[in-house]
Amino acid sequence: MTDIDSRIDEDLDRRDSAPGEESITEHEPAGGLPGYLLGFGLAILLTIASFLAAQTGLIYQPAVISALVVLAIAQMGVHLVFFLHLTTGSDNTNNVLALAFGVLIVTLVVLGSIWIMGHLNQNMAPMSAHQAEMMP
Amino acid sequence: MSDATGAFSSDIAAGSATSDAYRPGHGHGNAHGWATGHGQGGPASKFVTVAYGFWIFLLSDIIMFSAFFAAYAVLAKATAGGPTGKELFDLTRVAVQTGLLLTSSFTGGLATLATQRRSMAATQFWLLVTGLLGAAFLFLEVQEFAAMAAEQAGPSRSAFLSAFFALVGCHGTHVGLGLLWLGTMMAQLWVKGFRPEILRRLHCFGLFWHALDIIWVAIFTLVYLLGASS
Repeated sequence: MTDIDSRIDEDLDRRDSAPGEESITEHEPAGGLPGYLLGFGLAILLTIASFLAAQTGLIYQPAVISALVVLAIAQMGVHLVFFLHLTTGSDNTNNVLALAFGVLIVTLVVLGSIWIMGHLNQNMAPMSAHQAEMMP
Repeated sequence: MSDATGAFSSDIAAGSATSDAYRPGHGHGNAHGWATGHGQGGPASKFVTVAYGFWIFLLSDIIMFSAFFAAYAVLAKATAGGPTGKELFDLTRVAVQTGLLLTSSFTGGLATLATQRRSMAATQFWLLVTGLLGAAFLFLEVQEFAAMAAEQAGPSRSAFLSAFFALVGCHGTHVGLGLLWLGTMMAQLWVKGFRPEILRRLHCFGLFWHALDIIWVAIFTLVYLLGASS
């Protein structure tokens, strides 16, 4: 294939973009160099916020986990939009649907495991003194 | 190939000249609007199908990681009298690792932009920076693992440490394999130039590298920060 062929190939899909493709969004905030810079800056801010949330005593201790999870989800969103160029445009529908299904499975596996194993721990038979020593 | 390409591009030209059925609110429901990859107008271009297939692989890889995350979440308190995360984790090191990997993801994006300009020197330079940052990340991780193993806190010490080494080690393995892939791509790009198949592989590598950074966000939050704060 020559270079000219490949350019025609790229022109083919104005309405169906590959995951991570950014030629579509060059005129949008998430496209081009400004997009990468903006995403980099936001990711740094969210990372600093995460480390602060975990280490300062300002946040009510049982709520720290919620703050961290929210900040992590926000940062993943930043990565998806600014680095992977995932948008809600109609040319991106296939990519977003695949992602949505992945998120569903991940949620089921992680939350389901924590939920079920939490119940199993509660329903365990009482331990002997020796077993209790081995527990954390 | 050239025949088919000619037919497609003329379809696209006709479609954009009239209206777009796949942009609600912009077109007027033109039943003859063609759009590749929607069951009309033939299959999407190879660039789109290859990247989409790789996207599906990445999502399945993330689902595999979710099993490791679930195992870690369940076993995080099962230290069997051994060291806890609070005693083991060094947050300064984790902050440096996070910065390295995040910057590596950013320079990977700069390499993508250089690829679009078809600038060989800039592409190779940013790919090299990406690789060096990734290698520094991996070095810090191996150093951490070695230090933990020397403190009798290896993977066989407790269920918590088994799950920790499995999860973080799996991510580290991905980074290591990514570095091998990156080196291969730099060599292929150097020898073969900006050919369509090379561009497709570079694009898939970019997706892979950004996805690894997303997984690291979950690891440094749920494993290190949560482990050190509770």
